[in-house]
Amino acid sequence: MALVYFRGIRTSHLRFPLITPFPRRNGVPFCAMRSLDTQTRTPTDNPKGQVKADASENQPKTLERNTSGFETIIGIETHVQLSTLTKAFCGCPYTYGSQPNTTVCPICMGLPGTLPVLNSKVISFAVKLGLALNCKLSMRSKFDRKQYFYPDLPKGYQISQFDIPIATGGFIDLDLPLEFGGGHRKFGITRVHMEEDAGKLLHSETGSHSQLDLNRAGVPLLEIVSEPDMRSGVEAAEYAAEIQRLVRYLGVSNGNMQEGSLRCDVNVSVRPIGQSKFGTKVEIKNMNSFSAMNRAIDFEISRQVNLHNQGQADQIVQETRLWEEGSQRTITMRKKEGLADYRYFPEPDLPEVVLTDDFVDSILSSLPELPEMKRRRYEGMGLSMQDVLFIANDVNVAEFFDAAVEKGADVKMAANWIMGDIAAYLKNEKLSINEIKLTPQELAALIASIKGGTISGKMGKEVLFELISKGGTVKSIIEKNDMVQIVDPSKIEALVDKVLAENPKQLEQFRGGKTKLQGFFAGQVMKVSKGKANPMLLNKILIEKLNAKS
Amino acid sequence: MPSPIQNPRILLSHCRLHSPFPPKPHPTVSRHIHRPSRPLLRASSAAQQTLSTPTPTSSDILSVRESILSRRKTATEVAGEYLDRLRRTEPLIRSFVHVADEEAVMRQAAEIDGRVERGEEVGELAGVLVGVKDNICTVDMPSTGGSRILEGYRPAFDATAIGRLKELGAIIVGKTNLDEFGMGSSTEASGFQVTANPWDTSRVPGGSSGGSASAVSARQCMVSLGSDTGGSVRQPASFCGVVGMKPTYGRVSRFGLMAYASSLDVIGCFSSSVTDTAILLHAISGYDRFDATSSNIEVPDYASQLVPMDHFESKPLKGLRVGMIRETLGDGVDAGVVSSIQAAAVHLEELGCTVTEVSMPSFSLGLPAYYILATSESSSNLSRYDGVRYGNQIAADEINSLYGDSRANGFGPEVKMRILMGTYALSAGYYDAYYKRAQQVRTLVQKSFKAALEQNDILISPAAPTPAYKIGEKTNDPLAMYAGDTMTVNVNLAGLPALVVPCGVVEGGPAGLPVGLQMIGAAFDEAKLLNVGHIFEQTLQSNGFVPPLLTNC
Ligand SMILES: [Zn+2]
Repeated sequence: MALVYFRGIRTSHLRFPLITPFPRRNGVPFCAMRSLDTQTRTPTDNPKGQVKADASENQPKTLERNTSGFETIIGIETHVQLSTLTKAFCGCPYTYGSQPNTTVCPICMGLPGTLPVLNSKVISFAVKLGLALNCKLSMRSKFDRKQYFYPDLPKGYQISQFDIPIATGGFIDLDLPLEFGGGHRKFGITRVHMEEDAGKLLHSETGSHSQLDLNRAGVPLLEIVSEPDMRSGVEAAEYAAEIQRLVRYLGVSNGNMQEGSLRCDVNVSVRPIGQSKFGTKVEIKNMNSFSAMNRAIDFEISRQVNLHNQGQADQIVQETRLWEEGSQRTITMRKKEGLADYRYFPEPDLPEVVLTDDFVDSILSSLPELPEMKRRRYEGMGLSMQDVLFIANDVNVAEFFDAAVEKGADVKMAANWIMGDIAAYLKNEKLSINEIKLTPQELAALIASIKGGTISGKMGKEVLFELISKGGTVKSIIEKNDMVQIVDPSKIEALVDKVLAENPKQLEQFRGGKTKLQGFFAGQVMKVSKGKANPMLLNKILIEKLNAKS
Repeated sequence: MPSPIQNPRILLSHCRLHSPFPPKPHPTVSRHIHRPSRPLLRASSAAQQTLSTPTPTSSDILSVRESILSRRKTATEVAGEYLDRLRRTEPLIRSFVHVADEEAVMRQAAEIDGRVERGEEVGELAGVLVGVKDNICTVDMPSTGGSRILEGYRPAFDATAIGRLKELGAIIVGKTNLDEFGMGSSTEASGFQVTANPWDTSRVPGGSSGGSASAVSARQCMVSLGSDTGGSVRQPASFCGVVGMKPTYGRVSRFGLMAYASSLDVIGCFSSSVTDTAILLHAISGYDRFDATSSNIEVPDYASQLVPMDHFESKPLKGLRVGMIRETLGDGVDAGVVSSIQAAAVHLEELGCTVTEVSMPSFSLGLPAYYILATSESSSNLSRYDGVRYGNQIAADEINSLYGDSRANGFGPEVKMRILMGTYALSAGYYDAYYKRAQQVRTLVQKSFKAALEQNDILISPAAPTPAYKIGEKTNDPLAMYAGDTMTVNVNLAGLPALVVPCGVVEGGPAGLPVGLQMIGAAFDEAKLLNVGHIFEQTLQSNGFVPPLLTNC
């Protein structure tokens, strides 16, 4: 399908703000024709999903951070793009980054005469997420049309759910990271509903025209609306991070913020403590990482509190503001003039969505262990909260850990190996834990070998790196490299005797009172044993020999 | 039987024996004409007469098939005759907004002849020439929906119904005129041209599928497809004296039909005989994975279930309970229409039916409810015609002007009015008073039909309160135009099937004007309607409802 031009329209960025960044990709045809503006910087999403600890690092100095005397109310609308093979209402695939207008068909382009047919995967994913968010499911729900004109909306309406969302009234549990003071939180979920995504408008640098890419049009979304339960940027960001964890655990979305698979619109209002009326609600968009969310919200809170403190509370108006990563501030995108009337009415082209008990039960029984359950279980296993949060953060890591423990690995040691050397390796190589050759089985074997004294911890590291990069078994690596620890006291004694005999001068000095030389002897013995001597035995025998009066 | 559709002269001779449109009503047909006060008893004796001297209406599809397969005629010859007649009659009635490329039609016909010659199988509709309402997408022809906003628009795909027809060997001869996006009852609201009624070219063919009805009536094609949202197949069928079928909602896929009111729209059939409608309906019916509202209920082979005429018993419809809807024969209904329907009822009695009056008090509520629901849905369905991606665009400096100018320029006044009404009805604060209330009426109408169809096998009414009216007569009076839909809209609200068969001729025009009888059945009971319609048609004393245009042209 040829590139669809958004013909002859002159726009300004104020009128058509880039809500979703479209990173420049050199070499694709549309760029060759006319380079496109990419005002938004490529954001840095924290791949670990944890909020960065540098929350206050980038605070603009112009804003006072004193928000005492005020209470902040934060609610979040999250759009999760579902990773179904095909779009919500047609058979088109969706692959992020495809060339514009290459994954489209008459249906998702909204051509005359076309009709939507629901991809049933969307329902299973919605039910999964609804159950995972502890929601009540609507056994009969329906689709509605939300009507507005915008060039990226091919039909002139979005198929969505209005008065009967598929799931309502749930909650989400999370643990705040320790660097933010820690603590458990429970935030309410108002509703989860199914809808379709719109296309993307690409604006020219000069503002003289815009181009339309409909690849994303019709991609299924779940919109999750939270209760206004968050009180700070950290809580909001951690809420979003928990949603990301949840959708990744469930396998319903890749949850990638940079690609727009997880988008958060945050509503922020502040009010003086003691005031019952809510403050004016301001919506913030365009945050591409959890740390950006955190900073954007804290900026917005400060901005609003400052206006209150300066007696200019009336300048807080109902509006949508954009987070500007470059200047680290929020700016006005559009003021809301009255309530938009979307003229919702039931979508006549789609039958009701009817769930059966059997269907819900089968999904319920297929749900994986969710992050909150994992964290509580790890806590019960005796892991520290820091370990718990780290391991449960990434579903692949958690599954790796669980599998290793199941194979008999010591819990604490498994956690240490994963969070230490393995995590460091993954970070360096930019790999995920299931992309390396090390299996949970071999990690368990490695830990057992160290614990059982077959190899030293130091040798263990060498074995680990070989397992990660080349694979194989602990046993074969130890044998191949002749790494088995020397635990036979007579063999160690012989080595000690050899070293003492070869270093008479140092022995004399030691016996003359320079006891610090014990380390030197230990090192020498270890060296001649090629690192294989059991350190405890070595030391015991060495001390005996050194102190023996001959 | 030879095809009655050869050229007008032969056609004339074919009809001469029975009724060559006498300038003054012939006694045997006069029973239908301007005698509203005529007692039913006397009509019944007349009906008995008709039984004894029936004029069977033959199936064009079957006779063409027979000719082609027996090699008495080639598909090319048949296509040539139709195209020839189309060319001669078109300047008078303007049924088509686009006529297929003649070479393309002849090429398709020649292909069929080749297959026949080689002894290969040909499809069930091989060589059947079909007219298609222009709101149904065809990949090889423009599809405009009768709107300037889609002038020259060529779809990327065939509607499911079109695909099925082509697969069976049918040849599309062109795209027929309609009220813009189906919004109208006279085809005068087309963005392109006004179509005339072959019975009287100063009159409308009805609408919105006026082009499809007039094309079949004038034998410009053998059968045609229309769409019916509130009567858009049945009322023009009545006005043009052809058979029109509005199937059950969900029977025929809507994929490729430009949506007007999605919960009411259905693709329907026109033909000059019930048999042909049965064949055509069977071809296009059935589940379609591209239409979530299409039904997977099995599609019967309607035509093979029709009782052959030589098997008719003296009372072939014995025991059939027919309910005549009282509310459809009251005030505002043309006296000639009333008497035609009453005569038809007598005819049905003669065939063995028990005809009783049935009252449906909610009937009058249907019209306002229909106009709320249909305009609401249309205001949404027509949002996509914004000039951005396809269709006529009026360039502008900023997007709202582009939308406004493109739509102001592209849509006609009737469409604009309906979009405004629908937008209003769905607006915050009005939704409950209008849309929601109309949905409640819809439920009421559905229930009342259900009750009436528990007491009766079929229901009958006129298809329209009047015969065809003059072009321009109602264009400045939208309410009068809307009132013309009163007979049909309830059926769409209930989603039921209804068949219209010509049942009489009333005075007007050079040779009288046809009147159609509407038969309404239970959901997915098309087979019954077709069977009753077939027997009714085959036993009706008529001229085969050939319009005077054909005898003069
Ligand atoms: Zn598509």
